[in-house]
Amino acid sequence: MSTENQESPWRRIWKALKLPSTRYALGTVLVAGAIFGVMGWGAFNWALELTNTESFCITCHEMEENTYSEYTTTVHNTNKSGVRATCPDCHVPKEWVYKVRRKIQASNELFHHFLGTVGTPEKFEAKRLVLATHVWQTMKETDSRECRNCHHFDSMDISRQNERARSRHLDAVQDKKTCIDCHKGVAHQLPKGTFEAEAELNKSMSGAK
Amino acid sequence: MGDFAVKTWIKTLLMAGGLCLAGTSFMPGNALAQVKSLESGVKIDQTNAAPEVHNTVENQRLTRAFRQQPPLVPHRVEKYQIDLKVNQCLRCHDWPYNAQERAPKVSETHYMDREGKRLDKVASTRWFCTQCHVPVTDAKPLVNNLFAPTQPAN
Ligand code: HEC
Ligand code: HEC
Ligand code: HEC
Repeated sequence: MSTENQESPWRRIWKALKLPSTRYALGTVLVAGAIFGVMGWGAFNWALELTNTESFCITCHEMEENTYSEYTTTVHNTNKSGVRATCPDCHVPKEWVYKVRRKIQASNELFHHFLGTVGTPEKFEAKRLVLATHVWQTMKETDSRECRNCHHFDSMDISRQNERARSRHLDAVQDKKTCIDCHKGVAHQLPKGTFEAEAELNKSMSGAK
Repeated sequence: MGDFAVKTWIKTLLMAGGLCLAGTSFMPGNALAQVKSLESGVKIDQTNAAPEVHNTVENQRLTRAFRQQPPLVPHRVEKYQIDLKVNQCLRCHDWPYNAQERAPKVSETHYMDREGKRLDKVASTRWFCTQCHVPVTDAKPLVNNLFAPTQPAN
């Protein structure tokens, strides 16, 4: 008896959890489980969506000062059709599995935010080529999946494009190139050494295949 | 200076001022009216009409007007970054990219420094392409002029 009294409250809860419920009917347990499950799922997705907005991305000054301020002058912020592409449109996959994986990676970014790894424009610039190369590599691996959420070769009326775009896009389909192979720096300024890094990346990735 | 001297001075100044005023109103055709203000007829509390929007001429061959003219750019360039870090023009026009991107190659003269030494990279004196090579818009000349291209040698 005395030993049972000394048991910690956590242990007792754990024990209770392991026992089958005697008080509530199985049906009640199931329904309650379902309700809490749906609520938890909803909360999880709600948090996912809340962190999937431009305003969330630029709460970090690293993003606001560098990438956002550059992005505002580009075609994905203002254009003749008035349709915008915001940070998560290009940087977070739409498919759920990939999205969650990207979000887990982002916790590393939070960690570096608090470390101040790229806390000043100078530090950001110094790290930028590495960061950009990660994005290029990922986009090459996914055949620029995020771009293709909005743009498709199949839906492009190349006859309405200018001569250069038309000729390059016809080649691109033939040579199995992906958007990021040609469209680097669509939303941000490119760092020093971009083309050297590109050549290296292309070499290493064509070797891997 | 005596009281008298000061009075004379004031009188002289007043007379000079009066003469000036009289002069302007007697000027033939009122020359003042011909001086246009920079406001160009728009009052200070009014808003000027928005200037027309002009588009870049694309998909056209642009010929040179004279032999030494830097060739014109037949496409928009505003989205291409040219700064100390990167020159995106070179990503298509520099050798060896030019073949792959089917773009005209940068002239060999651009790979030579001031002393005429040959370089492997574009000379830094040539780095800022748009100093010489510019796109053309469909705007009409602001002022009529008599400029005519030199005749092509046939
Ligand atoms: C949320 C949808 C969306 C996503 C994602 C997106 N774009 Fe766009 N993109 C647009 C819109 C909208 C325009 C402007 C169309 C117009 O001209 O009105 C545009 C324009 C462009 C242009 C034309 C540039 C110009 O100056 O005319 C390029 C090139 C381009 N996108 C490439 C990309 C690439 C590369 C990616 C992937 C990194 C990408 N886009 C991702 C919607 C998107
Ligand atoms: C082989 C290189 C290449 C590839 C690959 C490529 N593009 Fe392009 N694209 C170009 C060039 C060159 C232009 C014209 C120059 C410019 O506007 O920058 C262009 C222009 C565009 C434009 C503007 C068209 C217009 O008329 O305004 C869009 C949008 C675009 N590309 C989207 C894409 C997307 C999306 C992909 C991937 C599915 C892609 N491109 C793949 C080279 C390429
Ligand atoms: C049109 C697609 C697009 C949009 C919109 C976009 N990015 Fe990017 N982003 C890219 C691409 C592509 C790269 C790879 C580097 C490059 O090509 O400029 C990149 C690179 C980055 C990098 C790595 C460092 C660097 O500059 O290369 C950061 C950080 C970044 N983006 C943050 C953002 C933020 C924050 C926003 C929203 C304000 C945003 N991006 C919006 C396409 C986009």
